[in-house]
Amino acid sequence: MWKLLKIELFKIFRRPRTYIAFAAIAAIIFLIQLAFYSDGEAFLQFGMQSLKETFDINGKILSGYMVCFIILQTLLIHVPLLIALVAGDTIAGEANMGTLRLLVTKPISRSQFMWTKFTATVIYTLLLLIFMAVLSLVVSIAVFGTSDLIIMKSDMVVILDNGDILWRYFAAFGFAAVAMITVASLAFLLSVFAENSIGPIVATMSIVILFTILTTMDIPLFNALKPFLFTNHMLNWKGFFEDPVNYKEVFKSLFVLVGHIIVFVFLAIVFSKKKDILS
Amino acid sequence: MKTIQFFITILTFQFISSICFAQGETELVNKVKAKLDKVNDYKAEGIMNIDVPFIKAAPSGVTIFYKKPLQFRVKKDGGISILPKGGVNVNLSSILAMGKYTVVPAGESVIGGGKVKVVKLLPEEENSSVVLATLYIDEVSLVIKKSIVTTRENGTYEMEMSYGKYNNWGLPDKVVFIFNLKDYKLPKGVTFEYESGEKKQSKTTSENKRGKVEIIYKSYLINKGIPDSVFKE
Repeated sequence: MWKLLKIELFKIFRRPRTYIAFAAIAAIIFLIQLAFYSDGEAFLQFGMQSLKETFDINGKILSGYMVCFIILQTLLIHVPLLIALVAGDTIAGEANMGTLRLLVTKPISRSQFMWTKFTATVIYTLLLLIFMAVLSLVVSIAVFGTSDLIIMKSDMVVILDNGDILWRYFAAFGFAAVAMITVASLAFLLSVFAENSIGPIVATMSIVILFTILTTMDIPLFNALKPFLFTNHMLNWKGFFEDPVNYKEVFKSLFVLVGHIIVFVFLAIVFSKKKDILS
Repeated sequence: MKTIQFFITILTFQFISSICFAQGETELVNKVKAKLDKVNDYKAEGIMNIDVPFIKAAPSGVTIFYKKPLQFRVKKDGGISILPKGGVNVNLSSILAMGKYTVVPAGESVIGGGKVKVVKLLPEEENSSVVLATLYIDEVSLVIKKSIVTTRENGTYEMEMSYGKYNNWGLPDKVVFIFNLKDYKLPKGVTFEYESGEKKQSKTTSENKRGKVEIIYKSYLINKGIPDSVFKE
């Protein structure tokens, strides 16, 4: 299994498209940090207008924690699209190159082959997230320092104490890892049905974009749908920035996402077993 | 004719007695002011607790700085402090330092089981930020137990004070600052929030329209000198 995994990882990291996601994430994070470094205070003052009508706020609002939160809020909606680039290519890419038929003739079971492919995709996803965590959290703290964190919600403002924040980021990144693996497993499932990687990549992106739009639109009709959308549960990394943390809701979302992963991977293995591989 | 004389006598007596009473209240306010005037500046350590329906914040340690006449700042070391607008009124000296005012007696009341004199201060300056201040003064210890201040721009504030070991300076051990709130709302499309599907309870009752900030003072450093830069940061 380890030998197969090494081969799969070698294949993933040999392709230039793998590094598109790393480059895109680095560029976006750098640009956000640069923007906040040059004019972050004015941006935050604008964002806190409604709060400042009633209150005087003293102290350092623009901190590494604040910048990291804004980066995560922005990026965790777009990172799934980057993950789909690689995850959608895992099986369909082999079919496109004509190597899938050759691979399945090797003396390994179809399940083992699929698990290896999926594990390699998960490792790629985790590496991307760790890369993002280091850039967004570590670099932001190094540049902007630390302070209390003000979280602006639609009907609530949460102020978290400086010493009570770092663990929340570790937990949030852990949660985000599960959320991103959910997207990877969806792309992995769709990859089974296609003969080239464009189809599953575009299909995954379309599903994520459609569900994200439904998740973010505050319309009563869509609000009823939201609990059933995995993109809605993907947002619950923010649950760790509640005070106190609503663990019931966070774990509910976590179970929903893990459930999606299990179903997607199970279906991918089942369909791949039944699939008549011609390419 | 005798009836008219009687009424004139009564009215004259009332007028004279009201002037005498007002003089008594003015003297009382002056005594309180003189007591507070002993404090030129202070640096205090305390704990601040914010009780506002739409703000969740844990009680936090703060440092409070005051310098005559109206410089006031609450700082949280390595963090963010949040005070209602016009929070300078959390400091008692600033109420009495608002310039010239007319003292109007408003009877007596009871606070915490103790009798207090009620006086109203009407600023004489037309541009004063304070429109009206009602003070509940403990005559024995010469401290303000409660005040209700109506400002021109920031609404009405209510303050309740408890005193302890800094009573001699007229400085409270605890201040509860009650103020009116404006609505807070941001679009969910901006905040990208998770939707649990559960209906949230309405928070629009009149009780929720008021906020409370409580500062418990643990220690004061009085008249040790504070640089102006502390208030400019």
